[in-house]
Amino acid sequence: MNGTPKTLFEKIWDAHVVSQNEGAPAILYIDLQLVHEVTSPQAFTELRNRGIKVRRPDRTVATVDHSIPTYARSLPIQDALAAKQLDIMYANARDFDIRIYDRMSDKQGIVHVIGPELGLTQPGMTIVCGDSHTSTHGAFGTLAFGIGTSEAAMVLATQTLLQRKPKTMNVRVDGTLANGVTAKDIILALIAKIGVDGGTGHAVEYSGSAIRAQTMEGRMTICNMSIEGGARAGMIAPDETTFNYVAGREFAPKGAEWDAAVARWKQLPTDDDAHYDAVVELDANALEPMITYGNNPGMGIPITARVPDPDALGDVHQKAALQKALQYMDLQPGKSLLGHPVNVVFIGSCTNSRIGDLRLAANVMKGKRVAENVRVMVVPGSQQVKRQAEQEGLDKIFREAGAEWREAGCSMCIAMNGDQLAPGEYSVSTSNRNFEGRQGKGGRTFLASPLTAAATAVTGVVTDPRSVLS
Amino acid sequence: MKLVLAHQCEIIYEISNTNEMEPIKSFKGKTIHLPNTDVDTDQIIPARYLKVTDKKGLGDVVFYDWRYDAAGNPNPEFLLNKPHAAGATILVAGHNFGCGSSREHAPWALQGFGFQAIVSTQFADIFRNNSLKNGLLPIVVDKATHEQLLDLAVEDPDLQLEVDLETQTLTLPDGRRVEFPIDSFSKECLLNGVDELGYLMRQRDVIEEYERANGK
Ligand code: SF4
Repeated sequence: MNGTPKTLFEKIWDAHVVSQNEGAPAILYIDLQLVHEVTSPQAFTELRNRGIKVRRPDRTVATVDHSIPTYARSLPIQDALAAKQLDIMYANARDFDIRIYDRMSDKQGIVHVIGPELGLTQPGMTIVCGDSHTSTHGAFGTLAFGIGTSEAAMVLATQTLLQRKPKTMNVRVDGTLANGVTAKDIILALIAKIGVDGGTGHAVEYSGSAIRAQTMEGRMTICNMSIEGGARAGMIAPDETTFNYVAGREFAPKGAEWDAAVARWKQLPTDDDAHYDAVVELDANALEPMITYGNNPGMGIPITARVPDPDALGDVHQKAALQKALQYMDLQPGKSLLGHPVNVVFIGSCTNSRIGDLRLAANVMKGKRVAENVRVMVVPGSQQVKRQAEQEGLDKIFREAGAEWREAGCSMCIAMNGDQLAPGEYSVSTSNRNFEGRQGKGGRTFLASPLTAAATAVTGVVTDPRSVLS
Repeated sequence: MKLVLAHQCEIIYEISNTNEMEPIKSFKGKTIHLPNTDVDTDQIIPARYLKVTDKKGLGDVVFYDWRYDAAGNPNPEFLLNKPHAAGATILVAGHNFGCGSSREHAPWALQGFGFQAIVSTQFADIFRNNSLKNGLLPIVVDKATHEQLLDLAVEDPDLQLEVDLETQTLTLPDGRRVEFPIDSFSKECLLNGVDELGYLMRQRDVIEEYERANGK
């Protein structure tokens, strides 16, 4: 592999180009497509209408997560539309011979939680899903990105996609995170810095000592929210942390194949002197716990800072956007969010619902009670995470504190399943989107880390987690 | 149907299907404006409307939560409820339109309302791809042109713009023509109503060869 130094992205891209005709986008091979119930029905219909089979059922895996209820699995689904969507997903999986982790499966979960957990996600792969947070899988040194339903049909039919090569961006995060500051705060700080369009047209590679120091779960949290900065893909070069995580998982290579795979994966990190189209730096030492105040994930501040003033903005459109957001959120410029009452705390979503996230939250809530009049929902990312947490007794900590311990799913991250805010209610949420109405029509979301969410759960008001950590 | 893509003369596209896109060449249409920046796809179509299993009827719920109040009554202030919005086919939207979720329901819903083109300074990547695949034309213009279009739309509720895909131009009422970029492949597909799935299906041999050579 001599010649021009390449980035991690370029190595994976080049290895997956099936063909590249002058003037046309590349035909890119896709190693794995993940499928869920909400964005796939029309793709399967397309295949049916044309009489096409799924080309590689062995490279296609489905689950149900977005619209399923998180109450007990033994209870029937009340929402007829959601039930129908699940039935269609099951029928499609059956008819097209696709492996599915259905609602009753003990391996069901949010698609971006179960891929890595089952060892399906492996370094060097290309992975797509009809879901913008597919960037999560980039934490393993994969090129993973969200696609639309038409594109999902193309991958089902041909295992390829037509893609134009994005530009590359390197986000370097050096330094050491202070106590109470997490991976979630790194990514919220980055998006606050570059804006929700800062990464548009780019594949982002995160590097630097603060990224290396992260567990795989922290890395997934960071890559997960790449799309909130506009980047379809976010990735981190694989290292020992990655290999240790993948080793022994159900679909991970075994024996001699494992050794060969690791040898290949070790070739993936970006070469010295490789070129990126853009570079952004973030100082981990300076980071504080972050929280959002507005209606896009770029509207974030350190938790001790004050809500910005629209009058201080030069651009008329940005000013209008901030005014609209503060009106929707019913917040005053110049005020701190600390002490702001909340109605709901949501701990879950593909950003922060893994065992490490739950441990962080449980650690804060242990032996405490959630504040009166605050609903606290803890929704594990998968049934495997749920079982692990129960083995560790985390469910007990949450329950004894007065929080709800639910079944796995997307839940209040997207509020499709009945878990939602009432109009005007505030939540601190560990999810990834604070868009208007995202957690229920008229609901108001503050995005933050599991630590901040748990600290807020016990006080009932937005709380700096450092004040409750010893 | 047999079509030869101008830029890819060696590839002949041949497929008969019912979902083939209508070719787009040029059209003139009523133009309305929604200047908000960073309009995300959750606004374009709220998640609770994603439980559908086909593409039809989504025009009724486009921008639902901006268009209707909690009781389901139309909000008279919102653009799409204003009388002049009826029959609009071109939307001048704010910067970074379509960010957030990958839901293709967003372009389906916009098309369901009647839009054929969206004009902005920038589109989110997935939204742009999804739009192109459905024949909803994302037109990128520079900031100055964008501001001018917004002003024109404010001044003239009956603003008409003309789009010509062949020459990649947008013609303003005063006759001024603005060029817009679009990659040659997407352009050919739109002009000829060629869908990419059909195109990829024709690549089976190359794909098989790649799989063999790479042990996939
Ligand atoms: S948890 Fe939320 S962001 Fe993640 S896949 Fe589900 S709905 Fe999408």
